Amino acid sequence: MEKEPILSMTALELAQAIRKKKVTSVEAVRAIFRNIDEHEYERHAYVAFWKEEALSEALACDALVDKYNAGNTEISELPPLLGVPVAIKDNLLLSGKTASCGSKMLENYIPPYTASCVEKLEKAGAVIIGRTNMDEFGMGVSTEHSYFGATSHPMDIDRVPGGSSGGSAAAVASLEAFAALGTDTGGSIRQPAAFCGLFGLRPTYGSVSRHGLVAFASSMDTAGPIARSSADAAALFNIVMGPDPKDQTSVSSPRVDISAMESYSVEGKRIGIPKQLLSDEGDVRLSEEVAESLQKAKVLLQEKGAIIEEVDMPILSYAVPVYYILSSAEASSNLSRYDGIRYGYRAEDAADLHDLYTKTRSEGFGLEVKRRILLGNYVLSSEHFEDIYRKAEKARDLVRKAFEEVFSKFDLLLSPTSPVTAPKKGEIADDPLIAYASDLCTVPASLAGIPAVSIPFGEDRNGLPIGLQLMGPRFGEQEILGAARFFEKNGEGGGD
Amino acid sequence: MEFETIVGLEVHVELKTESKIFCSCPTRFGGAPNAHICEVCAGLPGALPRLNKKVLDYAVMTSLALHCEVTKKSRFDRKNYFYPDLPKGYQISQLYAPIGRNGYMDIDVRPEAGRSPGEASSDASKKRIRIHELHMEDDAGKLIHDEAENSTKIDFSRCGVPLLEIVTEPDFRSDEEVTAFLSELRTMLKFIGVSDCKMQEGSLRADVNLSVRPIGETALGTRTEMKNLSSFRAVSKAIGYEAKRQWEIVRCGGTIDRETRRWDEEKEMSFSMRKKEDAAEYKYFPEPDLPVLRITDEKIDELRSVLPELPQEKRKRYIEELHLPEYDAGILTANKEITVLFEKTAEICGDPKDASNWIMVDLMKLLNDTSTLPEDLKIREDSLGEIIVMFKEGKVSRAAGKELLRAAFAEGAVPKEYADAKDLWLITDRGSLEEAVGKILGNNGKARDEYLAGKTKNFQFLLGQAMRETKGKADPALLRSVLEEKLAQLSHDKTDKM
Repeated sequence: MEKEPILSMTALELAQAIRKKKVTSVEAVRAIFRNIDEHEYERHAYVAFWKEEALSEALACDALVDKYNAGNTEISELPPLLGVPVAIKDNLLLSGKTASCGSKMLENYIPPYTASCVEKLEKAGAVIIGRTNMDEFGMGVSTEHSYFGATSHPMDIDRVPGGSSGGSAAAVASLEAFAALGTDTGGSIRQPAAFCGLFGLRPTYGSVSRHGLVAFASSMDTAGPIARSSADAAALFNIVMGPDPKDQTSVSSPRVDISAMESYSVEGKRIGIPKQLLSDEGDVRLSEEVAESLQKAKVLLQEKGAIIEEVDMPILSYAVPVYYILSSAEASSNLSRYDGIRYGYRAEDAADLHDLYTKTRSEGFGLEVKRRILLGNYVLSSEHFEDIYRKAEKARDLVRKAFEEVFSKFDLLLSPTSPVTAPKKGEIADDPLIAYASDLCTVPASLAGIPAVSIPFGEDRNGLPIGLQLMGPRFGEQEILGAARFFEKNGEGGGD
Repeated sequence: MEFETIVGLEVHVELKTESKIFCSCPTRFGGAPNAHICEVCAGLPGALPRLNKKVLDYAVMTSLALHCEVTKKSRFDRKNYFYPDLPKGYQISQLYAPIGRNGYMDIDVRPEAGRSPGEASSDASKKRIRIHELHMEDDAGKLIHDEAENSTKIDFSRCGVPLLEIVTEPDFRSDEEVTAFLSELRTMLKFIGVSDCKMQEGSLRADVNLSVRPIGETALGTRTEMKNLSSFRAVSKAIGYEAKRQWEIVRCGGTIDRETRRWDEEKEMSFSMRKKEDAAEYKYFPEPDLPVLRITDEKIDELRSVLPELPQEKRKRYIEELHLPEYDAGILTANKEITVLFEKTAEICGDPKDASNWIMVDLMKLLNDTSTLPEDLKIREDSLGEIIVMFKEGKVSRAAGKELLRAAFAEGAVPKEYADAKDLWLITDRGSLEEAVGKILGNNGKARDEYLAGKTKNFQFLLGQAMRETKGKADPALLRSVLEEKLAQLSHDKTDKM
């Protein structure tokens, strides 16, 4: 693939080049859109772009740089991502711009306000170029469950980019954006980042405001970055995080010191590998190549002085069902508002109110969303609430406690992000049990609310990226991003 | 066979906070439909609730006033159901850990009324109604049916108005007990200042759960729930109607359907709304968008300390410390505004009994004659006290005092200013009274002489003449003494001359 040199910069490199006038923001935006114009038809990373607005914003960014360089004292500091083209997932709101969550239900929904994390991104100077494709309402692992059609893997159009933030990952990996925001409920940032060879950070639950993130499962939804480097991921995290009075579950968390990541050493670090995340049975087994990659990472860490130990966390065997019970319960309630009354899709020819609800929701939602709503209603019904929902809630507490205990002994946990690399289209979307089982490695961090990052580490025999996951205790972003930087520097297989 | 009626209540109280429970939209009504909505109360995608702390404070204060245990680790739950006035598709309420539990309120009952099964209160004329729980929730919008257009419109402005739901145990045995409870509760909530409790405007709503059973039976019968009761009278009528309806069925060997019924105020009948089998499955679960509410002992103590003296406590104090009759104490504490006026008046005039008499007799009459509610009183807090002092010091007559009260009541007049303007002061200046007496004795020579000759009943006539001479404004006691003195003097002079 021939590419313009500007496109392969990281977001921070580009920001630096723009402020030093080596390139302009307009050039970056134009290069992005040239690439989009040429390839997007077969990739379908985006649901919509805002080319005109992006160009005029880029112009304004360049003007600001000029003013600053001319010594205008009104500008004390240039914002960190000034002029950098980034994309946002279709479930993050931008006032006046359609946000459809990959759903027919919200195909034409225009929100009247902007998500807090998007607002912060704008304040940081980023040029938001479009919204990216996703599995409907975040429910899926392949971005095939989008009303607007599937997204392709950047390296192989017959494969999926992962999901649900598959559009964001595909856009960043296909050089159609320098970075993107995704959202992660059960792995929706980490798994597509792994499939596409990127850095995907699921921050500590609550550290990024959910205000303006269209809810899937409120107790686990988290916005976060999908980026080309660990430093980009850290920079984006620093931009979007912070407590928000509009989200009472948001919390204050420490900023990541990017220069400290550079000097991170694994020497003496205690790193655990949860045995339960190395699935050798059931619907989805750990592939040999992913296992090899993990082995190489282990060797590399040991060479550099880390202490690696396999840890037994039996409760994690229940993580997948617990995750699907709780997330579906919350989703069934969160998606109740899409009833055809006030906004969004409304079925025609309804005989009465009940018929309007039934037809609207039957026609407006896709199969996977309906499956989760049904599952959620089932586990919340008075008949099953105690024996299913409450049990799952208790198991979730045990998961949290298990991590707390493990992190009293370990600095980090290491695992694959996904047991397999990017599958072919149609391979997993059609079998929900296989799709759900493939979440094994990512859902534990979701249940516990702890931070986790997926990093690219090696590739399979088809040249498809392999992702490894680093998990840390709550607010452990510095630690896991430091380790991510370590792997980034030391490359696959150790120092090539 | 005799039967008894068993009633439990679910009372919804609209809190009068400035802003809504989960956003900063105003709670005040008025304005165009949907004027007071935002992404939160309109349930738009991506919006999150944020709890108004005032609502929590009011809920804790009300829990304390109702002797409830305050839940230290409380939280919200979602109640899921579909209805066009419910934009989120769920109500944010409290099921599993309501803010208050296991409280009670004592009500006054007729001595002959039964008092099982609520625990007997120490006072024989009281009955204890147990409070099962108290919880917070958000209100829904309003559907407006347009007959002409054959359409239904939705006003979401009421969405998110904070509500307290107070659930009693099935401790009521008559409609009188129910209305006594509601009236006591309303007074109490207004005292605390958490709600206006206007039943007609819907800021106090009561649902009645009712069942019947033969006297002597201990198991509860199947209950029905009645909604749409918008006045005490409706509550009372609906209980009477429903008890009779159920008993007719039971007596004839029928069974009661577990159902929700709607009271039709015009027809004075209740109608089935939905059977139990149609009852919604609410799929309650903990609200993940709001953190657990941790309420510390310090916070509880702080809120307890700002609770005002409650009506029942005031009643007790009026009887025991101010020595007012129980009847007076009851009436004076039925309204917050009246207690404020009473306490200020008693303080100014220094005599609670006087203050009580003027309020019970004169003020109550004015309220009744003009159909004014105590909360709409215009009289200044200190006016009545001043009037009583003026009267007791002999500066104004009883009649003038009443006129001053009327003016203070009607237009908030300041008594002293009004007395000046209308020249209501009594003449207390001895000199001018002597002059007036001298004048009438001169003009009424015949009556005077007859008096001096021993016809003592002429005294009243002369006194009347003297009063007339002062246009009725003389201090009567002083005038009498001046006249007596003057006549005695004349009598003395006459004897001397002889």
